[in-house]
Amino acid sequence: MEGMSIIVKKVTQLMVGIIFMFGIYIILHGHLSPGGGFAGGVLIAGAFILLILAFGSSSLKLKKEVAGSSNTESIGILMVVVMAVMAMLFGAKVFFFNFLPKGEAGELLSAGVIPLYNIFIGIEVAGAILTIFLALIIFKEESSK
Amino acid sequence: MDALIPLFIVIPLISAFLIMILGKLVKGFHRYFAPLTLLVLLAMTIIVFANLGGSSLQYTVGGWGLEKGIPVGIFMVLDAFSVLMLCIINLLGFIALFYSFSYIAKYTAESNYYSLFCLIIAGMNGVVLSGDLFNLCVFLEVSVIASYALVAFGVGKTELEASYKYQILGSLGFMLILLAVGLIYWKTKTLNIADIRQVFEAGYSKPYYIFVQVLLIAGFGLKAAIIPFHAWLPDAHSSAPSPISAMLSGVLIKAVGIYVIIRLFFNMFVFSYEIALVLTSLGAISMVVGSLLAIVQWDLKRLLAYSSISQIGYVLMAFGMGILLLLRGNNEAAAVLAIGGGIYHMINHAVFKGLLFLNAGSIEHRLDTRNLKEMGGLSTAMPITSTTSFMGSMSISGIPPFNGFFSKLIIIVAAINGKFYLLATLAVVVSIITLAYFLKFQRFAFFNKSAGEALSKIREVPFPMSFSMIVLATLCLALSLLAIPSVSELILRPAIDVLMQSDLYSTTIIGI
Amino acid sequence: MTVYLLCFVLFLVGLYGLITRRNLIKIIISKSITEFSVFLILVLIGYIDQGLAPIVDPGTSHQVYVDPLPQAMVLTAIVIGLATTAMLMAIAIRLYRKYKTFDIREIKNLRG
Repeated sequence: MEGMSIIVKKVTQLMVGIIFMFGIYIILHGHLSPGGGFAGGVLIAGAFILLILAFGSSSLKLKKEVAGSSNTESIGILMVVVMAVMAMLFGAKVFFFNFLPKGEAGELLSAGVIPLYNIFIGIEVAGAILTIFLALIIFKEESSK
Repeated sequence: MDALIPLFIVIPLISAFLIMILGKLVKGFHRYFAPLTLLVLLAMTIIVFANLGGSSLQYTVGGWGLEKGIPVGIFMVLDAFSVLMLCIINLLGFIALFYSFSYIAKYTAESNYYSLFCLIIAGMNGVVLSGDLFNLCVFLEVSVIASYALVAFGVGKTELEASYKYQILGSLGFMLILLAVGLIYWKTKTLNIADIRQVFEAGYSKPYYIFVQVLLIAGFGLKAAIIPFHAWLPDAHSSAPSPISAMLSGVLIKAVGIYVIIRLFFNMFVFSYEIALVLTSLGAISMVVGSLLAIVQWDLKRLLAYSSISQIGYVLMAFGMGILLLLRGNNEAAAVLAIGGGIYHMINHAVFKGLLFLNAGSIEHRLDTRNLKEMGGLSTAMPITSTTSFMGSMSISGIPPFNGFFSKLIIIVAAINGKFYLLATLAVVVSIITLAYFLKFQRFAFFNKSAGEALSKIREVPFPMSFSMIVLATLCLALSLLAIPSVSELILRPAIDVLMQSDLYSTTIIGI
Repeated sequence: MTVYLLCFVLFLVGLYGLITRRNLIKIIISKSITEFSVFLILVLIGYIDQGLAPIVDPGTSHQVYVDPLPQAMVLTAIVIGLATTAMLMAIAIRLYRKYKTFDIREIKNLRG
């Protein structure tokens, strides 16, 4: 599909980096303020989708892109489950246990294993939403040929 | 053995996503990994089944046990009723997966199929093992969303339309369930099933209680396809690929429909007379209407789908009779018979309905048609399919010595013992009507004079498909041994005890 | 009491759209409206009078917070709703390719 006008392209070039950074900020501060994995992941996917919408998909190799985002999503979920199962080896030996040291309340590096869960869930949700979007574009391209 | 409980959900989840990643890199990876996963699950189920006895195991996720006497964490509960459901799910999952080796080879995206199949198994295991109300809803949606994708797998016109209808009605059911969970939380301030039972035992306000129960019957009725919530079932189960039809009709409407209704209405809600009446009458109406709608069908899988509605009506009616008999108080032996008959018929229906759908799949694989008028004379061309389908049809119609006869007999005897003469008559009449339409299936598919020369060139189906059908047919015969009193004392009686002694459930799980 | 009544009115609006609209996409949008009304009811159930948002500031003393459990339930349910809406949209697009129309009165291959 074609890109948009030059004003949209310039503004997107300026804004995409900021949106991406904002998404990472919301993921990392998930244990201190509202947000967390889901909301931050959607924002990161939004940054990529804005880029594809503004510049058109004719310069991308769509099959490679969708394979990349699908693999990212699967790796994100696998890391979450592997970490939950690893918790069965430390500490109280139950599933999903919080086995890293919990620091002070209110610091960025605290609450044990929760920031790691947030990061992996954020990667997974971003990959999932990007895969949905790319799959819809691929279907439209293939059926309009 | 406590540590095995979360592994039932973790193992299929990991394998689903590993198949997604490695299925594109390594050719044929999914053909070895998916059945390996299901074999591991089957082995774990057998270990748990042999070692459980009558006790209930519980597992607290994350180590969050009781804080000042209030359960704050997510509890996973494995008791005698759950272990029977686990056996059905994993055994039928393995057989359907083995069947689909040769069936799915004609589609292109094979690794997606195996990955979604593992997700269905993971979701259903989660529903059956959960002791927490919202956890149950989440795993229910995991398995149901995977089944939406699998119904639409071969993207033809009828599959897409059936999947769309299924999805809209399934989402409506989920919204009603979520509303009911919210209303329960509002009054009880807890989500743990055992704790909610203790709050309800202390007292409740009647109009609120009946409203919440009716919302739950409507929501889970949409998932279990009882009349009048059955509109999606004939389309979805007839358009799906045949191993998925076997999974959907044999396991999914039981694990996420009937099992949850039974668990909540026996172990969470205090018995109430009006709701028991509603359950029994819905079961009886499903029984009758499902079988009447099945007689007029000429599409093979649609006939089998309507017959599923009828048999699920048997199960629901049996459990409803059990509640009514327990409320009356003076006939405990009849209540034990009714509940035992319900559980036994649930197990039997999974086996013979799975077998019948796999047979329909074999016929469709060779003939490319589902219309009964275009088949004929297959008994000489496909001997294994013909024999196993004959055994399956005789089981579901209730002919001795197959298993369907014993479970229907137990339900009818319980109805007569409890003086429900109308329900007993309806059960016998519906059994005769079931025999009628299955004889129609047998005659038009297998024993008619052949409709043309082309049909005599049909060969038997490949080995994976015939092996699965033979295993299920053997199980049909073997399960009739469960009617022997000494065997049913060992296997069925712990499950019946878990359901009947509901106050024991809540004190064992929380330990207060 | 009026807030719960308004949420119920939103549920009925979504249900009306689900039943009477003929376009496939409008049915999906009405389903989303119905879902959101259920989420609103869930969040409102956890409201406590004079409660603050449930984020603990270290160093402050005992405060009254609103109930955070329904908010966690609604977060999960929003993601489930997103997944079902995405699947429905994909199926609706494929249906358009096969039948060349979005009207549900034309898509009636399966009857009886």
